[in-house]
Amino acid sequence: MIVRISGEGQFSIDDAATAELNRLDSELEAAVNRNDEAAFTAALRGLLDQVRAQGSPLPSDTLEPSDLILPPEDASMDEVREMLTEEGLIPG
Amino acid sequence: MISARSRGLMAAKMLMKGTAARMGVMKRVSLVFKAKANRALDKMEDPRETLDYSYQRQLELLTKVRRGVADVATSRKRVELQMNQLQQQSNKLEDQARKALGMGREDLARGALERKSSAQGQLNDLQAQYAQLQGEEEKLTVASQRLQSKVDAFRTRKETIKATYTAAEAQTRINEAFTGISEEMGDVGMAIQRAEDKTAQMQARAGAIDELMASGALDDAVGGSNRDDIQNELDMMSASSDVESELSRLKGEITASAPKQLEGGANGSSQEAQSAQAPQGQAQPASIPAADRPAEPQDGEG
Repeated sequence: MIVRISGEGQFSIDDAATAELNRLDSELEAAVNRNDEAAFTAALRGLLDQVRAQGSPLPSDTLEPSDLILPPEDASMDEVREMLTEEGLIPG
Repeated sequence: MISARSRGLMAAKMLMKGTAARMGVMKRVSLVFKAKANRALDKMEDPRETLDYSYQRQLELLTKVRRGVADVATSRKRVELQMNQLQQQSNKLEDQARKALGMGREDLARGALERKSSAQGQLNDLQAQYAQLQGEEEKLTVASQRLQSKVDAFRTRKETIKATYTAAEAQTRINEAFTGISEEMGDVGMAIQRAEDKTAQMQARAGAIDELMASGALDDAVGGSNRDDIQNELDMMSASSDVESELSRLKGEITASAPKQLEGGANGSSQEAQSAQAPQGQAQPASIPAADRPAEPQDGEG
């Protein structure tokens, strides 16, 4: 599975590692829904650390779309909310 | 076409479901990216035309991201310049405090140190911003290099597809290449946007600090008095101490040269004593030849 950390690049991750990713992702989403910035920051950092630790970076000349995309490390909760809408942060 | 359109619809449906049923942030963000790519694909009549159109946009984005790097670098240099100015100001204030203390003016020294602490606070702020800008510059530089390799890969893929496949056959491969590069482009575009936002904030701040420094308000941020009043007072004190030292120098000169100059017209008793000694001293050389004189006839005789 291919995971992108926004602003950082793409990683290839073993499917076995995805259970933990999904758990952290649920925490992240719950934090956004609860409007809990501290929990959000912790969950996001946990997710990114997990991807960096488990994944191997894809070569920069690959043109593969990612299965999952993560916000950048310094993203605020508001920015992530915007990323979730098509009119939001992502240009195009 | 159909597959692209149906995939776009699917992504949009999943997106709507995702907001209702929980599907996680990661998946939803990736669907937003895909939905955008698919909408762009759907607009194209001829799939091969998509490749050329996308390639043009990639080149534009490359230019944009490089300009972004240059803009952030310019902002960073501006902050660097301000940091140097503030550092100079802080050094100057410490110097003033030292001088004031040397002259026994603790009140002035305190005032100077208070301003120094204010300048130092601004400096620390700027250092944090400088580090942020440096981070943005590095991120954008890496993003621009990554985009460059992807654009190169895309160009190769595009030529292969055009040379090898008919429009119908090419569809799937075009979709793959397009979706991949479009995700990268979206990501780079977002990185540029964030860097621009941060740079704009920093420029507004830098402009405000420039104005503060020009108005002298930073100098008396704590003192609340006129600009450089510490320097003025120090200058005055140092000017008056210059006068004092000149005075004592002149006095010293006068004292040292007093015996010679006052020799003739001596009025004071000590000067009389000196002038009384002087003739004695002067008389001695005269007395020696006088003592020698009696010897001359002796020499003449012998």
